[in-house]
Amino acid sequence: MEHIRTTKVEQVKLLDRFSTSNKSLTGTLYLTATHLLFIDSHQKETWILHHHIALVEKLALTTSGCPLVIQCKNFRTVHFIVPRERDCHDIYNSLLQLSKQAKYEDLYAFSYNPKQNDSERLRGWQLVDLAEEYKRMGVPNSNWQLSDANRDYKICETYPRELYVPRIASKPIIVGSSKFRSKGRFPVLSYYHQNKEAAICRCSQPLSGFSARCLEDEHLLQAISKANPANRYMYVMDTRPRHRMQSWWATQKDIGRIILNAMANRAAGKGYENEDNYSNIRFQFVGIENIHVMRSSLQKLLEVNGTKGLSVSDFYSGLENAGWLRHIKAVMDAAIFLAKAIMVENASVLVHCSDGWDRTSQVCSLGSLLLDPYYRTIRGFMVLIEKDWISFGHKYSERCGHLDGDPKEVSPVFTQFLECVWHLTEQFPQAFEFNEAFLLQIHEHIHSCQFGNFIGNCQKEREELKLKEKTYSLWPFLLDDQEKYFNPLYSSTSQKLAVLEPNTVSFNFKFWRNMYHQFDRTLHPRQSVFNIIMNMNEQNKQLQKDVKDLESQIKQHKNKQTDGVLTKELLNSVRPESPALRTSLCLKEQTLELPVNDALRTVEGSSPADNRYSEYADEFSKAEPAVVSSEYGVARMTC
Amino acid sequence: MEFAELIKTPRVDNVVLHRPFYPAVEGTLCLTGHHLILSSRQDNTEELWLLHSNIDAIDKRFVGPLGTIIIKCKDFRIIQLDIPGMEECLNIASSIEALSTLDSITLMYPFFYRPMFEVIEDGWHSFLPEQEFELYSSATSEWRLSYVNKEFAVCPSYPPIVIVPKAIDDEALRKVATFRHGGRFPVLSYYHKKNGMVIMRSGQPLTGTNGRRCKEDEKLINATLRAGKRGYIIDTRPLNVAQQARAKGGGFEQEAHYPQWRRIHKSIERYHILQESLIKLVEACNDQTHNMDRWLSRLEASNWLTHIKEILTTACLAAQCLDREGASILIHGTEGTDSTLQVTSLAQIILEPRSRTIRGFEALIEREWLQAGHPFQQRCAQSAYCNSKQKWESPVFLLFLDSVWQILRQFPCSFEFNENLLIMLFEHAYASQFGTFLGNNESERCKLKLQQKTMSLWSWVNQPSELSKFTNPLFEANNLVIWPSVAPQSLQLWEGIFLRWNRSSKYLDEAYEEMVNIIEYNKELQAKVNILRRQLAELETEDGMQESP
Repeated sequence: MEHIRTTKVEQVKLLDRFSTSNKSLTGTLYLTATHLLFIDSHQKETWILHHHIALVEKLALTTSGCPLVIQCKNFRTVHFIVPRERDCHDIYNSLLQLSKQAKYEDLYAFSYNPKQNDSERLRGWQLVDLAEEYKRMGVPNSNWQLSDANRDYKICETYPRELYVPRIASKPIIVGSSKFRSKGRFPVLSYYHQNKEAAICRCSQPLSGFSARCLEDEHLLQAISKANPANRYMYVMDTRPRHRMQSWWATQKDIGRIILNAMANRAAGKGYENEDNYSNIRFQFVGIENIHVMRSSLQKLLEVNGTKGLSVSDFYSGLENAGWLRHIKAVMDAAIFLAKAIMVENASVLVHCSDGWDRTSQVCSLGSLLLDPYYRTIRGFMVLIEKDWISFGHKYSERCGHLDGDPKEVSPVFTQFLECVWHLTEQFPQAFEFNEAFLLQIHEHIHSCQFGNFIGNCQKEREELKLKEKTYSLWPFLLDDQEKYFNPLYSSTSQKLAVLEPNTVSFNFKFWRNMYHQFDRTLHPRQSVFNIIMNMNEQNKQLQKDVKDLESQIKQHKNKQTDGVLTKELLNSVRPESPALRTSLCLKEQTLELPVNDALRTVEGSSPADNRYSEYADEFSKAEPAVVSSEYGVARMTC
Repeated sequence: MEFAELIKTPRVDNVVLHRPFYPAVEGTLCLTGHHLILSSRQDNTEELWLLHSNIDAIDKRFVGPLGTIIIKCKDFRIIQLDIPGMEECLNIASSIEALSTLDSITLMYPFFYRPMFEVIEDGWHSFLPEQEFELYSSATSEWRLSYVNKEFAVCPSYPPIVIVPKAIDDEALRKVATFRHGGRFPVLSYYHKKNGMVIMRSGQPLTGTNGRRCKEDEKLINATLRAGKRGYIIDTRPLNVAQQARAKGGGFEQEAHYPQWRRIHKSIERYHILQESLIKLVEACNDQTHNMDRWLSRLEASNWLTHIKEILTTACLAAQCLDREGASILIHGTEGTDSTLQVTSLAQIILEPRSRTIRGFEALIEREWLQAGHPFQQRCAQSAYCNSKQKWESPVFLLFLDSVWQILRQFPCSFEFNENLLIMLFEHAYASQFGTFLGNNESERCKLKLQQKTMSLWSWVNQPSELSKFTNPLFEANNLVIWPSVAPQSLQLWEGIFLRWNRSSKYLDEAYEEMVNIIEYNKELQAKVNILRRQLAELETEDGMQESP
């Protein structure tokens, strides 16, 4: 690669991020076309994908060398000391280039080759089939149909080709409505609740700034409410905070756009759709902040938890100031409102924010997850992400900063969604088929650009990039590894958990250490109950098999024996069993004990005790002095 | 009997009990000398039995003829009783108030409690100092048991038997006692078998403003060091507090007089600061209406986790001195009955695998808290809701239990006991039918004749049927030193205590049960596979025999 000037630097130090005594590991740094690799003197490898790099900083030269700090999108932070400044400079420049690609074609996915043939790759892409998913939900049906209006992306570029709309909504109505909605994102079906016959629909904000009303849009909303036979009232959820809407209206007025006075007054407090024009709708604001607020919130959070020698007070006031958990709670509350509207009131809900691809995706997907246990399975969760996020045009490439672009478009919207799901798994440990590792792995890959799923900003763009021909889908790879992602406590049978009703009292929201400190292992519990139970569950499956095998073998032997009883009796009568023989039998039985256990162990891989041990024996050798010695350093100074 | 005078209305019908996460129960309220009982007289609804001594504070309210009593318990539970009739309500309230604040210890429930279980092992004799010493005496001959405090004359807050350096005779101990706060001369707290280093604890030296010295004290402390070795004195107070203590006759060891020792000051809070921290924390946890910012700021303002971090850090430091630096340590604060014990006992949890077993942990509580003279009676007289703020009330023991819980969470497989044991100890330290936590020290317990007149908590806990509740199904003996992380990101609010009554733990409990099932099933399958393998092996040898002849 033309960007790489130095491929290998020796005697590089990797500093412990939280050690106040500047503990470090020495090793060699390698720069490859796709990764930065550090191999320490214990041969432990640290791989950093270039696409994961969010920020590279070269700090002021010190006596020991030139510090290079790399912050990653998966929340890994590494602090190297490179002995010679020139090397540091080279690596710094290379990483700047490599971590920010200008063209999609330069992303890792286009060169990643997992050695699959074309048909395997195609099968991988077909794994999640959204048409199947809508069928599973129960559409098309007498009230909902597949619309071909957007077949050629003519009405809305950022929507998928296949959209489900109320049967009574004609094409002119759809077209008319789309003209009234920002980016043409008119109201369409996101989730259909078969039992309640109620729907979650999504769209973008109405452009009521230009024209006071749009009859087609009013018609379309009416069609949605009519498609619900149980409740003709429907909710329109504006996920934006009310105060921001008010200021929006103020600016609209300032620039002198045509707004009918009456409308402006009414809408100033209410939002967009004018309730007078739409029959049978109820407004609900839920107050999720915009992408810019979320970006700076995460930034603040990371600043706090990256502090060396952080005090408890600073940690909690930092958490408070960052506002991160407040935002998470807001998203969760919105999803709960949505789920309740459907479960309790049988009402359909139309969700929108501004463009309908960030907050709207969060609320629709999380609401569906609360309502439908299918989305809480490994496969179902993939489908949910494909449906509400990928197909409906969540701008992954912009939000994750895949290409060198506008940093103001970057925002952790999807990360927030994953965190909400994690909070649900904490409150309902048995309701999810997947575990935390699954969420972390997905988070890893929205940024990795190793697979094609999250590249691009909408389906149209993905088709143009020919991702299905040139890249691989993430999902089959996750499924291949699914043992790693199973929740051992999952109970698919528990019917009472069909709909999740989480409690969002503030104390239920905790800092997600395993996400934001994923790579800071010194901060984690030294033994993981979860891993042990997971291994035990696996072991149990094997043991069950063993029991079956053994029983059938024993049965075979017994059958053989009854056949042989006659011969045996004959033999005995001929030559009675000698006492010597009997003792030898006993001895034999005793010596048999050991191989029996050994056999078991080789079958399992290792005993649970072994698993438990290796897990933190590793921790002990490295992590343990760091933790205490940092404190010890402090203590010494106060002597 | 005296109680009858205090109970103005022993029984009221049609009382409604409200508890969070339970449907309201209507029933008959009865007051006895030690209990408040609410019984619905229906099958399959549980009765409420509440010890009066568990009641921390009560509030009453009236709406017309309906009175409401809100009972706030020392275990942080809050319940509400709706009582028809103003007079009844007032009577009940004043009776509860009187019964929950009895002055005399001998009127407390443990003196009246008759166990409904058969005592297999008398807990009063489960952890005798002589037996505990035997564990050490096999490893070292440098220490001896001293009976110098047999009559509690040398140190009123020490037990009759203590472990001291062999080289120091009782006469010297008496002299050292006059130089240490409360007569608490340095005694052995823990002997680290791995390298022979020790933890000692004491009260502060009474150096005063003129720098008083005590040759015997210096000799005693030095006697514990091997030739050429250094030791550390960990003073749990910050330096300025220790300096101020000199004005009141206390002080700290001058390094010039203890040349082989290095002094380290830490700052573990005590007394009302901790009590206020607890009050703030419980208030914050009880208010469910907080928005996120308010909750986080109140959690922070309580400082509870700051105290936890400080205590754990000091304990880690002590453990590190022993295990990593190979140095002995002496720990004290002012009296040596609070922060000192938090540190010595937590250091042992970190260092000593035995103290992570159920029996070992009980022995640790007995040795480092009860025998060592932590004034339970004073510290645990009231809890988070009480208005009478006495200087000596302080959740020192609860902070210790919380710190153990933090380590347990980080090493969930290294403890033989589970969270329930810690919660149970918290409850019994504040209100109990057992005599174990009565009194402030061994001397008081002797005078009260607790051994003869009350039942020991350990007699009850150590029954197999009870033990199973406290046993950690994941336990796998771990002989290593366990170093917890003390970073704020690694410390958590102890939900089992502080959110216990504020949230439904149904799904968490079910998940825990499922986990236990998986573990049990695993054991069962392993046993089955072993049996089948043996069977098969037998059959195979039989076959072999049939064929071989």
